[in-house]
Amino acid sequence: MTSATLARRQSHLTKGKLPSYAVWLVLGAALVFGAAAASLVGFSAVSWGLFSALFFLLAATAVTAVVEGGRKATDSLATYLVYGAFIVALLPLLSVLWTVLERGLPGLSYDFLFTSLNGVTGAVDNASVANGTPVLGGAYHAVVGTLQITLWATAISVPIGLLAAVYLVEYGTGGPLTRAITFFVDVMTGIPSIVAGLFAAALFGLLFGPGTRTGFVAAVALSVLMIPVVVRSTEEMLKIVPNELREAAYALGVRKWRTITKVVIPTAISGIASGVTLAIARVIGETAPILVTAGFASAINWNVFSGWMSTLPTLIYYQILTPTSPTNTDPSTQRAWAAALLLILMVMLLNLAARLIARMFAPKTSR
Amino acid sequence: MSTTTLTETRGAGQSGDKIFSGATLAAGCLILAVLFSVAMFLLVQALPVAGADPAEITGGEGFSTYIFPIVIGTVVAAAIALLIATPLGIGVALFISHYAPRRLAQSFGYVIDLLAAIPSVVYGAWGYAVLAPELAKGYAWLAENLGWIPIFEGPASQTGRTMLTAGIVLAVMVLPIITSLSREIFLQTPNLHEEAALAMGATRWEMIRMAVLPFARPGIISAAMLGLGRALGETMAVALVLSGGALTASLIASGNQTIAAEIALNFPEAFGLRLSELIAAGLVLFVITLAVNMVARWIITRHKEFSGAN
Repeated sequence: MTSATLARRQSHLTKGKLPSYAVWLVLGAALVFGAAAASLVGFSAVSWGLFSALFFLLAATAVTAVVEGGRKATDSLATYLVYGAFIVALLPLLSVLWTVLERGLPGLSYDFLFTSLNGVTGAVDNASVANGTPVLGGAYHAVVGTLQITLWATAISVPIGLLAAVYLVEYGTGGPLTRAITFFVDVMTGIPSIVAGLFAAALFGLLFGPGTRTGFVAAVALSVLMIPVVVRSTEEMLKIVPNELREAAYALGVRKWRTITKVVIPTAISGIASGVTLAIARVIGETAPILVTAGFASAINWNVFSGWMSTLPTLIYYQILTPTSPTNTDPSTQRAWAAALLLILMVMLLNLAARLIARMFAPKTSR
Repeated sequence: MSTTTLTETRGAGQSGDKIFSGATLAAGCLILAVLFSVAMFLLVQALPVAGADPAEITGGEGFSTYIFPIVIGTVVAAAIALLIATPLGIGVALFISHYAPRRLAQSFGYVIDLLAAIPSVVYGAWGYAVLAPELAKGYAWLAENLGWIPIFEGPASQTGRTMLTAGIVLAVMVLPIITSLSREIFLQTPNLHEEAALAMGATRWEMIRMAVLPFARPGIISAAMLGLGRALGETMAVALVLSGGALTASLIASGNQTIAAEIALNFPEAFGLRLSELIAAGLVLFVITLAVNMVARWIITRHKEFSGAN
């Protein structure tokens, strides 16, 4: 076989196929024409992006259809749409993170972290705008409230969730009760957070008189949201503990409950801990249940059993919707975004911690 | 497990077993009791509404007239969210499961999961401060050029705080749910089906249409329904983004309201009959989301039995 026939065979194989750089050529052309079309209706990043994407889809599909045929054209159109979907999904994430960083960083100071909003009135905000002095007041009371309420919610939901998961995996027989619990735990994960808040408010309203609003009521509301998450993740983790470990313990004459507490749970503890951390991350950002159960406070309140409490999410909500000073909303907006940044940092740290816990305390398999 | 464990158990064994299994059983039953009591307490607190004089209810024409517009608003907001998020979510899930380079696919999955980690109030603040003003320009254009369609009827909101904006924010929030569930299903597609399709000369898209999507259809439906459940009950994004009001057909003008936002906005000042009204509204929302979630879970369980045979 001579090199000439080889070359011809290769060209035969690649015949009727677009070269790999064709996509980039079309993309470049689409960007240029998109810019031109966008400037006709008023140039902005949004209109440029829209027109370019439209031109690219049309042109790239048309070129493929001409050179490679209809089926390949459908295939490439689907590919571009799927890639496009991912890019479109990234846009809000980037926009949210950028907004929170850009607007939150200026307000995130030592004062913001360690003072409360107690005594900060509209007049104070007006004065700081008029004199150009730093914004007074901060989120210390809200951080305290967030930590307290989340801590109590965790203290309520972890034992219940853990025990229920143990029941489902170790004691459940697949009977109607087990199936009912599994099914309703799944259903509970879909309870709207505001309904959980209403439930806690209604419960404590009946027990202690209407209008009972304390941090503890909020903690109960949050645990309604948290329990199903804890049950689900713990259940998954207990299920993957190898049966050989249980059987080995039974063979040594260890009782079932000792087997569970000393063998099964320690083996699964990393997964359980990371699941609990993720559950905390989920409820720490809940706003609606706190609004209807804990009220709103501007002073520091360490006692979850009496008095109203604020959390970071409710602080953000009220600072945006009802600014401290109706005429000068900037200080309130700045506080809201700084609180949002703080909240996102907390949630991200919890998510990161969950991954680290899962990795660090994972049972060592290769020994 | 050293010998000390064994010697320790000798005495305290039997009762420990009973106490522990009893405790786990109690915890399991407590969960059922909580779900039951959620419904019961809401029902008890909402009862005064049933006996009240229709003229005393907000709006003055009885509870059904009060609840009807906000139920419609809730459904419309959730429908907009689903219309946007379902195709997008399937696309993103396909990207992660079948299109993205293998090595990066998992990291892309984490990135999309980040969307779920952002608290809803932050989305609300973002929709209020960033997205709404941006969309307001587009709404003005829509009202001018497509105003003859009822849903784009003017006057367009100057602030952009409309139903459509709320729906878009909700779509961003349910996107990670739909994506992660559909991704799981797509990855479960039997490899042999995919390879068989490719071996017959199918393009990647034809393979996905013939092997992946039919296999995943029940999963996609239930993912969309779980997203629907989330969108129906989502409060803060709507409360912050939507500048609410009476029921209107136009999606780009101020107006409309959802149940969850109505509760959140009015509950702090409510007392007496108004409180019962809001709790009754919450009960309606609870029943709607419960029904949606139960149907979704039922589809998933049924699908599990099918896929177990593969």
